Amino acid sequence: MWAVKYASVVLITLVTIAGIALPLSPSPQSWLEFPVIPGLEEKARNIFFHVPTAWTTVLAFLVSMYFGYRYLKTRDLEYDLKSVSSAGLGFLFCILATVSGAVWAKFNWGSFWNWDPRQTSILILLLIYGAYFALRSALEVAEKRAALSAVYAIVAGLTVPFFIFVMPRMMSGLHPGAQGDSSGSGPLFESGMMAANMRVLFYTSLLGFNLLYVWLLNLRLRIARIDAGLLDYTKGE
Amino acid sequence: MSAVTKTMAVVVKDVKSEIRTRYALNALVMFVVTAVAVILFALRGDTPSTVVLAGMFWVVVFFTGMSGLSRTFVSEEERGTSLTLQLVASPGVVYFGKLLFNVALTLTLILGVTGVYLVAFPGFVIQTPSIFFITLFLGSLGLASAATIIAAIVAKAGSRGTLYPVLSFPVVVVLLMTVMNATVKALDGDPLSSATVDFLVLISYVMVMTAGSYLLFDFVWKD
Repeated sequence: MWAVKYASVVLITLVTIAGIALPLSPSPQSWLEFPVIPGLEEKARNIFFHVPTAWTTVLAFLVSMYFGYRYLKTRDLEYDLKSVSSAGLGFLFCILATVSGAVWAKFNWGSFWNWDPRQTSILILLLIYGAYFALRSALEVAEKRAALSAVYAIVAGLTVPFFIFVMPRMMSGLHPGAQGDSSGSGPLFESGMMAANMRVLFYTSLLGFNLLYVWLLNLRLRIARIDAGLLDYTKGE
Repeated sequence: MSAVTKTMAVVVKDVKSEIRTRYALNALVMFVVTAVAVILFALRGDTPSTVVLAGMFWVVVFFTGMSGLSRTFVSEEERGTSLTLQLVASPGVVYFGKLLFNVALTLTLILGVTGVYLVAFPGFVIQTPSIFFITLFLGSLGLASAATIIAAIVAKAGSRGTLYPVLSFPVVVVLLMTVMNATVKALDGDPLSSATVDFLVLISYVMVMTAGSYLLFDFVWKD
């Protein structure tokens, strides 16, 4: 796990320095030159931080759902610990994605919140995480809490594809790939609008954030195991 | 008995018990009347646009449903009858029985709200009945399918009253956005073909929710 830890720290530091302070054009004429995406300009630097956090949010949710499913199959509370640890991280990354997106929206679209379909989806994801933890805190017995919260995570997860794939394309929005977008459909990095250097940095950042998630998940899991062990100990088991 | 007759037996049991106690129905009627009265006070004789009317229609339906639909499972827990039901019927039968009962309850509720809206709001004129009634039907199927599984979860949890809307909202928000969209089209008099996309989203929502809930219901129902 130490390799994951150092790799994530090194990669994210590299991305932060390169994304903010290095020229990314193929043959830069000046320091800080940035490959221009029409309509985004310099503000596109946020893409290295906002998109990976949003991606990690969804990844954490899927991992949480998967371990919830494993719990229901095996009734092993270890899977519940994994599920809830991942959900906690997903909540954290969800807040980061919402805030970094809102700040970007302020400077690019004029206001912090525009009810763009993707902003709506991230808000709903925040609500799902909030409801998940509200449900968990309402349940006392560990087995019942694990089973019911796993079922809720899966039921809520069933609606997520609607937000990711259906809503943004049905409604008009401001993110790339929305209905009525003149540059075609699909996110930026699919439509070839990102320069090669940018793409490399973007995928590096994605990898860095994923490794950060794996490391943090491992940390949380170890703490959760100790907590569960202490609880058994005080009960006299 | 086949599974279908067993399912119908659960529905009949619930309908009978509802008619005898009026556990949910009285509260639902009063909730609709109160909510519409509050909206009318707030508007002070103003004529709202079709977008606002369609939105408020589903807001009333959502919150009324949230106050009544959880009763199907909560009443079993409160009366202590859920163990008997676990003994006499398989989880699938119970799930579909409760689902059908909730669909019937939601349809009644939505038709009731429609009647109240037609009387209370002069601007609420259904210009394309086909869109409107298909939306009502699919909307009540979707609302009931999401509400049933969440009611089953909430009935097993301690704090029932406050938790239900909190858990339901993120799950039904896709449905609400789509039915609001389609209702605006019905009120504006758009042709039936313009709402095809909304209907497809609603149908896939109902299918996904029902199939998922059916598969997961076992884990909730059995302690």
